[in-house]
Amino acid sequence: MKRFVGFVRKEFYHIFRDRRSLFILFGMPIAQILLFGFAITNEINNVDIAILDQANDVTSKEIINKIASSKHFSIVDIIQQESSIESIFKKGKVKAVLQFENNFGRHLIKEKQATVQILTDATDPNMANTISNYITSILKNYQHELNNAVSIDYQIVPQSRMVYNAELKSVYMFVPGVMTVILMLVSAMMTSISITREKEQGTMEILLVSPLKPFQVIIGKVFPYIFLSVINAVVIVLLSIFIFNVPVKGSLFLLGFESILFIITSLALGILISTISATQQTAMMISLMGLMLPTILLSGFIFPISSMPLPLQVISNIIPAKWFIIIVKGIMLKGVDIVFLLKETLILFAMTLLFMGISVKKYKIRLE
Amino acid sequence: MKTQNVIEVENLSKLFGDFTAVNQISFHVKAGEIFGFLGANGAGKTTAMKMLIGISSPSSGKATVAGFDVYKQTESIKKNIGYMSQKFALYDDLTVKENITFFGGIYGLSKKQIDQKRCELVEELGLQEVTNSLVTSLPLGWKQKLAFSVSLLHEPKIVFLDEPTGGVDPITRRQFWELIYKAAHNGTTIFVTTHYMDEAEYCDRVSIMVNGKIEALDTPKKLKEQYKTDTMNDVFLKLARG
Amino acid sequence: MKIILYIIRKEFKQIFRNKGMLPIIFILPVLQLVILSNAATYEIKNITFGYVDADNSSTSRGLIERFEASTYFNVSEKFSSEKEASTAMQEGSVDVYVNIPTHFERDLQKNKRNEIGVFIDAIDGSAAGVINVYATQIIQNYNKHIATDLIQVSDSVQQPSSIDSIPLFWYNETLNYKTFMVPGILVLLVTMITLFLSGMNIVREKEIGTLEQINVTPIKKHQFIIGKLFPFWVLGMGLLTIGLILAKVIFNVPILGNLLLLYGYTSVYILVILGMGLFISNFTDTQQQAMFIAWFFIVIFILMSGLFTPIESMPKWAQLLTEFNPIKYFVEIIRMVMLKGSGFADIFPLAIKTLAYAIVMNGLAVWSYKKTT
Repeated sequence: MKRFVGFVRKEFYHIFRDRRSLFILFGMPIAQILLFGFAITNEINNVDIAILDQANDVTSKEIINKIASSKHFSIVDIIQQESSIESIFKKGKVKAVLQFENNFGRHLIKEKQATVQILTDATDPNMANTISNYITSILKNYQHELNNAVSIDYQIVPQSRMVYNAELKSVYMFVPGVMTVILMLVSAMMTSISITREKEQGTMEILLVSPLKPFQVIIGKVFPYIFLSVINAVVIVLLSIFIFNVPVKGSLFLLGFESILFIITSLALGILISTISATQQTAMMISLMGLMLPTILLSGFIFPISSMPLPLQVISNIIPAKWFIIIVKGIMLKGVDIVFLLKETLILFAMTLLFMGISVKKYKIRLE
Repeated sequence: MKTQNVIEVENLSKLFGDFTAVNQISFHVKAGEIFGFLGANGAGKTTAMKMLIGISSPSSGKATVAGFDVYKQTESIKKNIGYMSQKFALYDDLTVKENITFFGGIYGLSKKQIDQKRCELVEELGLQEVTNSLVTSLPLGWKQKLAFSVSLLHEPKIVFLDEPTGGVDPITRRQFWELIYKAAHNGTTIFVTTHYMDEAEYCDRVSIMVNGKIEALDTPKKLKEQYKTDTMNDVFLKLARG
Repeated sequence: MKIILYIIRKEFKQIFRNKGMLPIIFILPVLQLVILSNAATYEIKNITFGYVDADNSSTSRGLIERFEASTYFNVSEKFSSEKEASTAMQEGSVDVYVNIPTHFERDLQKNKRNEIGVFIDAIDGSAAGVINVYATQIIQNYNKHIATDLIQVSDSVQQPSSIDSIPLFWYNETLNYKTFMVPGILVLLVTMITLFLSGMNIVREKEIGTLEQINVTPIKKHQFIIGKLFPFWVLGMGLLTIGLILAKVIFNVPILGNLLLLYGYTSVYILVILGMGLFISNFTDTQQQAMFIAWFFIVIFILMSGLFTPIESMPKWAQLLTEFNPIKYFVEIIRMVMLKGSGFADIFPLAIKTLAYAIVMNGLAVWSYKKTT
């Protein structure tokens, strides 16, 4: 037991003496949370648009004023001809052009109908769609005001309630994701590098020949990273709570327990990676190239899984991050307790056992 | 005929923060000599050598190698020296042939010269069977001999060897030293560091570094007389204790 | 010059001999480009929809039928109470539910208006916004329908005016997200591979001791650096080519602009990335450190590049920071050139900044590489 403690202590020394890596290990999550909280969002604010007002009458000017005063848009150009549209799109100067038809105001009064064309640069389809939607609703509001004098037919008025996130803050969605991605990447990558480094340097064999049992070696290697990752998780949660007011509606204890479970799952994955990598370089590249993108893209972190094609939805089930994100969102934002999360928790357990099992088997084969 | 000094060192020092690794050493090496730069591990030998081969800038003192100043003329020094590092520094994932071609090319040898040298080298070391094998598959002793020969490809005036015989059996070590003799015989000056005191016997002159300083500098014979011992090993023990 | 060739030859041999790394360099990026581009979409589909209908009138049933008919919503079940619905949302089995109170139809006919509650799981704020728009549209369309169906429209009632907005989507009529994401992901892959390989490569020579050996030769700094980085430049361009072919063949991403322009820009861009790799390797001693630092910057650069979220949406200070983010330039330019057919004049301001970046970065990197310490 004393030998084991000594071994663990050596691992701690390794880590804490590498100042540069340590800085990254702790700095990275903090930088990411701050970025996500303050800078990364899908909301549109002050998007540059241009106006092509072929009517130039009172009505069109009123509408343009409304749009100018919206915080979503910033009118940066007034163009005179249709032919100018292509060139400002190509230059990337504006994301949309509003085109009012000739005699817009007159049409509206006489024929009770007039059109506005919303031309958007749809290379970014999401933004184009959002811009169209916002402008359409500004137009509808104006239309509504016009029609106030007129008695309207029957109306079902929807009262929308945004559950769990009344202000639609994007940081609510991102915090669980960032936490998951950081824990997964750091744990898996660090572990796989640490083990393959010993392999490369030849010291692994020394360890195996020592009185320490193989599983003690592995646990000893992995233990400091559990510790580090827990600190990371705590930092992320604290930052989210205190700087961004992300709630933790559920039990902190449960959050802690599930986080540790997920960390162990990631570590097990790291061990698995180390069994198939001969060199540090390979381990690093597999962790980075093979783990990072799928984790970010398929876990529901940024893109909703239900919108993906079916095969990808199926694949996303084997990504541990997906399940943990559900758990974190559930605990922090919905306030559910373990009963609701039984399925996800068990899946993580099962994955951990699976990874460990495969690793042990590969290990035994190698030793023979 | 007066033999000139190819290496001249005067009060050379290297400090890392407040740790003095090399403490005002002075010596010279004559052309064609086999000069043994001895000392225990950590005595400062490698640090001193790095200054002489132009990859580490001294903290103070003066030195010239092949007539060039170690502060300002490092690139000229490098044209005239060969080097075999402690880690043998051949590319494991290249073949014997590819390593030779690469280093020959780096030193500016023409294709014809490289081909010629390669044939000679392979012949001399008996590496015909393995020219197209990756260096990683060679036994340690072969790697050492290969690394040494590669360092001589461009026929440098001086060759610096940093612990070249680590980890091999006495017979292989003996064979290696035969290669060194041959090079010296051809006029190449050999500057070799080692912590094997018996190898000191093979050198023309030796210096012994203890804690950054040179505590002895003479031929092996004279040192043994001076310290009244039979072997260089005992000379070293006396110095290290003293 | 010849010396540079010797180094290049050695590097290529080493890269292609590394059997473990080859699939990672070539196959993995290709796989990810093909598979993951299909994942990236902000479209909201398959919204699970539940409802509480305490009224059970023809009006309420008619409304629910509208939702059933919609392609956006998957009507999952009818809940017997609001509590049941809210629990289902906690479990995650519905994204949105509607609460139709008792006497709904009666109150609607009496007061000419009535409210229904629309409860949306808003953890994903932007998805919630979209769901709201869709639901509101369905309800408003239904409003028009019951107006004409159930009520007599008397002639004396004034006709309301309507402003019709016609959205026109340029360059991407079908709002295909893949068109948008594939070039971006390609940028990502090219950047990651070239940055990590170039950074780690030099540090590895440091670790095994061959770098020292090189530093003792009379080789000039620039010869060594060019020789070392050139193969990765080639790799990057190769990956770009493979990626473009896949983009066209598998995803049908349009290539409206000049390919030569794109390649020209990319060749400068890769220089920036290689310069970074070299710079990082000059300050690290182990592969792990180099890897970490590169990873740190890459993640931040990716997040702030406009790849997943628009730069226009960022606060002004963040937008300013993106000026120093090389990935941002490439992402924007590849989209402009491929999807809009932008020409040299259009991308000139961005390209010039990239060139400046390349010069500064490589200058720093070369300067900080010391043959003598």
